[in-house]
Amino acid sequence: MTNQVVIVGAGHAAGQAAASLRQEGYDGKIVMIGDEPYLPYQRPPLSKKFLAGELSIERVYFKPPAFYEKADVEQKLNTTVTEIERAQRTVHTSTGESIPYSKLILATGSRVRELNVPGFDLDGVNYLRTIDDVSKIQSKFKEGNKLVVVGGGYIGLEVAAVAVKRGIDVTVLEMAPMVMARVVDPIVSSFYERIHAEEGVKIVKGAAVSSFEGQDGKLTRVNCSDNTNFDADFVVVGVGILPNVELAQAAGLDVENGIIVNEFCQTSDPDILAIGDCTNHPNPLLGERLRLESVQNALEQGKTAAATICGRELVYAQIPWFWSDQYDLKLQIVGLSAGYDEAVVRGNPDDGRSFAVFYLKEGKMIAVDAVNRPPEFMMGKLMVAGGAKLPAETLRDESINMKEMAQMAKDAS
Amino acid sequence: MAKITFVEFNGTEHEVEAEEGTTLMEAAINNMVPGIDADCGGACACATCMIYVPAEMAAKIPEAEDMETTMIDFAENADATSRLSCQITVTPELDGAKVKLPESQH
Ligand SMILES: Cc1cc2nc3c(=O)[nH]c(=O)nc-3n(C[C@H](O)[C@H](O)[C@H](O)COP(=O)(O)OP(=O)(O)OC[C@H]3O[C@@H](n4cnc5c(N)ncnc54)[C@H](O)[C@@H]3O)c2cc1C
Ligand code: FES
Repeated sequence: MTNQVVIVGAGHAAGQAAASLRQEGYDGKIVMIGDEPYLPYQRPPLSKKFLAGELSIERVYFKPPAFYEKADVEQKLNTTVTEIERAQRTVHTSTGESIPYSKLILATGSRVRELNVPGFDLDGVNYLRTIDDVSKIQSKFKEGNKLVVVGGGYIGLEVAAVAVKRGIDVTVLEMAPMVMARVVDPIVSSFYERIHAEEGVKIVKGAAVSSFEGQDGKLTRVNCSDNTNFDADFVVVGVGILPNVELAQAAGLDVENGIIVNEFCQTSDPDILAIGDCTNHPNPLLGERLRLESVQNALEQGKTAAATICGRELVYAQIPWFWSDQYDLKLQIVGLSAGYDEAVVRGNPDDGRSFAVFYLKEGKMIAVDAVNRPPEFMMGKLMVAGGAKLPAETLRDESINMKEMAQMAKDAS
Repeated sequence: MAKITFVEFNGTEHEVEAEEGTTLMEAAINNMVPGIDADCGGACACATCMIYVPAEMAAKIPEAEDMETTMIDFAENADATSRLSCQITVTPELDGAKVKLPESQH
């Protein structure tokens, strides 16, 4: 059979894999199959500038339409891959096609976790994952409208920040005792709670949504299990995502909290690779397996998969990094803070809008959260990668600049 | 439209038509200029869209804001002429400008 790489999914990871295959010199055919009606686009702006109406669709595309022509990547949009027939090296699609592959890349991403409470199907209950979701949400962006955001994760809070600026009355309901609980320390959480309060967003913690209530099919109220309730013209639910693993699972590939891949992005069938949000992958720098939801992960795994297919060994080994924009605040995160035993604060989170937190585990720096602090983030990248060990007093000391700090860490190791 | 030339580290030149109101980063990506990664898509969060801007061009664009300056200050390969291309908006005055790209963005 001729060489044909088939990519399932047309998101960030898929787009990067196609680009990298050509950069690596792959000259066979590439077919990209995606169930959305759009070419690969960037999702981060969907809860930021695109939601705010500051960017046109063209500006969120991952690559311009001309790229796919130039790179000779065949696009099948609005098409779902329904089955992988491994013995025949063929995928079947919702449009009734059977497409052969020599290598298959699964870039199926993830989908939103749904909140299956009574009233879940009322008009006005929205999620945020796609361009179409944004259009629905924007249609409710009228001054004075009431928005209830369910879930105080970074996506929910980004939506809250955009909406309140549009004159919308915003309430965020968070089940946990703090916002962004999954990713940051309580110091950072309370900082964001203060900022949102200052900007006019109401945050209610410990609130478990029990039902959506409506009239004539339209949402009017959100009810919580403690019998409190909130009037709402619309809701945005952001309570996490689920990796799209079902296709891989049905094909008999190893799946456990994501599609299991090795450091070259190969699944348990070496001719099938998987990349992006849908993978459970080893991270040699951290010494553990991870499933990540980030652009960096989608891009870097796209590059690794392309190299693997072209016979070049490019081990996926990255210190994770991430960002979130809320108001004029840029949060940049490097590393994974889970398991830290000490959080060292640099700057004052109780006042102003700029500080950083270094997370230490047995004295070693494992992560940094930097709010409007690019130096802490940029040098944090180096220090986390190098497993920096510096005393807390030193990290806290703002008379030492971050370049000196990184040098001290290097000298000490 | 403004004509912008991106010069790769190895000297290869790419002359592209950049649309006003978009950014130099987008002009590079849309024209498949190699050497600009732009991992964060223009959020001023990654510093992988760095370019070197000659003095006569720098005079025609607004100075970098704090966020950009500090990102550059800590980026690899950066020098005093470095800017983040996602933070530079294309204007007619930039027609004919030539910018250089670093050896690598990482
Ligand atoms: C609102 C929002 C804000 C975000 N902000 C940030 C941020 O600030 N920084 C950051 O790093 N990350 C952010 N992320 C996360 C980031 O966007 C994702 O990690 C990234 O998009 C993952 O890319 P992917 O290609 O793996 O998956 P996806 O982008 O999910 O793409 C997968 C595609 O495959 C399609 N698909 C699935 N199954 C099939 C099938 N069987 N057949 C055909 N097509 C299929 C899906 O519909 C989808 O279009 C954000 C995400 C969202 C939703
Ligand atoms: S694209 Fe990330 S900083 Fe410019």
